[in-house]
Amino acid sequence: MRAILITGRSLGQGLGLELGKFSDTYYRSSTTCEMNPEDMSKLEVESGQLIRITTEYGSVIVRAIKAPEEVPSGIVFIPYGPWINLIIRAETHGTGMPSFKGVDVEVEAAKASDVLRAEELVGHH
Amino acid sequence: MNTITGVVCPFCGCLCDDLEVTVEKGKIISAKNGCAYSLTKYLNYQKERLSEPLIRKGEEQVPIGLDEAVEQAAQILVDAAYPVLYGWSSTSCEAQHLGVELAEEVGGAIDNTSTVCHGPTVEAFQEIGHPSCTLGQVKNRADLIVYWGSNPLQSHLRHMARYTMGAEGKWRKSRDDRTLVVVDVRKTYTARVADYFIQVDPNGDFELMSALRMGLRHEEIEQDAVAGVPVEYIEEVAEVLRGCEFGALFYGLGLTMSSGKNRNLDAAISLVTDLNKWTKFVMMPMRGHFNVSGANTVFLWQTGYPFAVDFSHGYPSYNPGVTSVIDILSRDESDAAIVVSSDPAANFPKKAVESLLRNPLIVIDPHRTATAEKADVVIPSAFVGIECEGTAYRMDSVPLKLKKVVEPPSSCLSDEEILRRILEEVRRLKEWN
Repeated sequence: MRAILITGRSLGQGLGLELGKFSDTYYRSSTTCEMNPEDMSKLEVESGQLIRITTEYGSVIVRAIKAPEEVPSGIVFIPYGPWINLIIRAETHGTGMPSFKGVDVEVEAAKASDVLRAEELVGHH
Repeated sequence: MNTITGVVCPFCGCLCDDLEVTVEKGKIISAKNGCAYSLTKYLNYQKERLSEPLIRKGEEQVPIGLDEAVEQAAQILVDAAYPVLYGWSSTSCEAQHLGVELAEEVGGAIDNTSTVCHGPTVEAFQEIGHPSCTLGQVKNRADLIVYWGSNPLQSHLRHMARYTMGAEGKWRKSRDDRTLVVVDVRKTYTARVADYFIQVDPNGDFELMSALRMGLRHEEIEQDAVAGVPVEYIEEVAEVLRGCEFGALFYGLGLTMSSGKNRNLDAAISLVTDLNKWTKFVMMPMRGHFNVSGANTVFLWQTGYPFAVDFSHGYPSYNPGVTSVIDILSRDESDAAIVVSSDPAANFPKKAVESLLRNPLIVIDPHRTATAEKADVVIPSAFVGIECEGTAYRMDSVPLKLKKVVEPPSSCLSDEEILRRILEEVRRLKEWN
């Protein structure tokens, strides 16, 4: 499914920052993809199931949930963090700022065993 | 037991200055008046703490003395042809000042985290200028509040209560005295409590602002909808904006991180300028890190530029897209980096992170981070606003004094003191060379 990715602050991600970058709270919140229920039905995924988000710069596995703050069909929201930054383009169009919002992505159900832990992600670089 | 009042919270750009922190036997046992972020910070700041200086030996980081860590850090910076000095938004203005001095001394590029938050805002402000005011004036006078691409009920938890919709001001006493307009791509928690919610298409902000400006001038918009918003609704909201006595536009990264970036801010400045033909209207970015506003301010008065400042020619130059850290890293131009109170390995796109980690890396931070885990030299620091004093600028550019409420661990100096020592060592090495 084609979608537009918005990354941003969520309460859980912000609290996770204060509890530690290797805390469960930060891990859980930053690896959550908030979706429209209709889109989840189209992908045949339930809340808590793994999905793969792909751009031309890479792909990442995260966990789908029904968005607590309504998102329109065709938009997915993921909190800021190292997981989603794996697939963000570094191009800044002469401003210094990459596009962290409004990014075209492909979303699909995933068969991976789990989302990478923070420690594994650090080793990934 | 000792309760300290008037404590300034070092979390976000609101810098709430009414906290009461109670300390018993050198430990914080409660923090009153703050938001959930503030409370979590004060009660958990010791978690995942860096306890001693570290140096990389092969795959491992091993403990080292502070003096030796400072020497190693200075040596890396002196040996580098083009080091990057990054972070600076979660530390004091005093430390930022020394950071700029260090950048000049080593001929590096210094950038702060606004480069990945409100960099486009300050670019637009520098090009055009903007009408603003203090948060106190908003609290006392504003009868119309706009949050555009900002969701304070998730990001700046007391902003609405202290300064806008829930604030009891001198002339605006309650929620009934103010109108709330929210513009966002999602129906956020903030949007749910709005009087007018405009759901804009992703990357459609520039078009919507242009349409609103046409609506203000009663010009005909020859379309049914702009950026996904029916024209009738755009015209209705334009009348609401025009009809207020004192309007305040607060905006977030929804404008700076999406298509258009600094041009979205050009459009926002034009919109606010237009509105001032009919009424009083101001604008203010919702700053994230507690002292990112200070980083822009200190960089600006020291170098003439608010971020992305390059000293490689021996004098400060500024060209976002060239001298900004993501671009320097993406082009693989730097050959060393020092990161102060920031975690670019978590916050930057992968390509920039890989470049950062390819070269010698120094990290000064109170906490374990993804960046610190990969660093060659790690120097633990005291937490400014909790364990040491310092100055920070609120999002409305009002400077406030951060208080010290507890002692830092004996192994942790302030960022300011660590940077002072590195700077002295750099100067000593350069003289010796």
